[in-house]
Amino acid sequence: MILADQLVKRFTGRTAVHEVSFTVERGEVLGFLGPNGAGKSTTMRMIAGCLEPDAGRALVDGHDSALDRQAAQSRLGYLPEGAPAYPAMSARGYVRFHLRARGFSGEALTHACETALKRANLGAAADKPIGALSKGYKRRAALAAAIAHDPPVLILDEPTDGLDPNQKDGVRALINEMAPKKAIIISTHLLEEVDAICSRAIVIAGGRLLADDTPHALARLGDDDTIGSAFRTLTRPAGEAISERAGSGRT
Amino acid sequence: MNGLIAIVRRELAAYFETPLAWVFLTVFAVAAPSFAWRIGNLFETGRADLAPLFDYMPWLLLILMPALAMRSWAEERDRGTLEVLLSSPIPLWAAALGKFLAAWAIAGLALVLTFPLWIAMNYLGAPDNAATATAYMGAFLLAGGFLAIGQALSAATSNQVIAFVLGVGACFLITAAGLPVVLDALSGGLPGAAAEALAELSALARFESLRRGVVSLADLIYFVSLIGLGLASAMTLIDSRRGGGR
Repeated sequence: MILADQLVKRFTGRTAVHEVSFTVERGEVLGFLGPNGAGKSTTMRMIAGCLEPDAGRALVDGHDSALDRQAAQSRLGYLPEGAPAYPAMSARGYVRFHLRARGFSGEALTHACETALKRANLGAAADKPIGALSKGYKRRAALAAAIAHDPPVLILDEPTDGLDPNQKDGVRALINEMAPKKAIIISTHLLEEVDAICSRAIVIAGGRLLADDTPHALARLGDDDTIGSAFRTLTRPAGEAISERAGSGRT
Repeated sequence: MNGLIAIVRRELAAYFETPLAWVFLTVFAVAAPSFAWRIGNLFETGRADLAPLFDYMPWLLLILMPALAMRSWAEERDRGTLEVLLSSPIPLWAAALGKFLAAWAIAGLALVLTFPLWIAMNYLGAPDNAATATAYMGAFLLAGGFLAIGQALSAATSNQVIAFVLGVGACFLITAAGLPVVLDALSGGLPGAAAEALAELSALARFESLRRGVVSLADLIYFVSLIGLGLASAMTLIDSRRGGGR
């Protein structure tokens, strides 16, 4: 359902993503792990069609995100980092805007909107301006918009960031509920999230793919068989290299 | 088409859900007749026409249209919602056109708010209503041109104030190019053909012929081209943010 094939993205003076390849099939939840600035969001943006790769390709349900963008994007639900939304709009208005842009109208639009608001557990907050909502509710409003058209592919950039433990559990339960019918990528800094919801995980640092395996197999790469230690083992060399470069730059 | 309709509805809602549209319409409804009364001496000309209103219209529009257009892309970039737009299956042309049409509709509504003045002129005398209608059409087209330029400059920055200042500057340039004082000054230094070409590019000269009641195809093509150029520039600037270059 999702294919990243040798994706490369360069920004002025640096390569943010270097020949990253992976696939995600229907029924899989792929955890995307990596330190800040590793290239997670850039990779997700290329799959979502917000950025074009400098080399390689990203396919969503068989459609190239850069060359057949509209077909790819109509099969995709994307929650960008920070869950941006229009602050003056209500969550309901925001979800309806997304559905209308995807060709929904009349009864189908209303039904899809109400279902998404219910699944994202917006409750009475659905009719308040998004700008007046708490961070957790804002994120849920953006999540409702991303899932409203029931896309086969979901890309969620840090969907539980800033949520309280109960809200995190709610979002994880929602992802688990949707997982059997969709291909889902979530990026996260929360390593316990990988155990809780991901069927597979990849680790990326310095724009390069370092590992791609099940959470259980990934954990074995660490010193004490946990995802956390595996993450540190895999990403420490990149971090240390950055520190060393910064140190040598100062002297 | 779904994308275009969705964007127009969202943009109109954005204008009216915030005080922006209300403030804009109020300022226009007060400023336009005030210019005509106070500076244009509307009731002292002894003629039943709206010439004083349209004398100052280009100058009012060149301030207010960039104010209306400045948020169109700069706000999306600043808030991060541009990423939401770029990841949706809405074609970029539909997003640019939708934003433009919503702002143009508000500009049209603002012009309609000056209709009581037109009605008053008909009560006081017998104005040339056909010429007044073409003058309104000219003002609407000029507003469209300014809005499109404003949108292009809004796509160039994530700061709305910068977008506004650049927009006013650009609108001033294409308006002032047709002023006699500018043309006289340039005719000394520029070859005749160059000065003539500059005058042809002026939005003011095109507006002047429409406000005199003369509708020519060249003028209509000029305004449509100006709008097209503005929207195409905005689309190019936004699309370039995807990078890649394929």
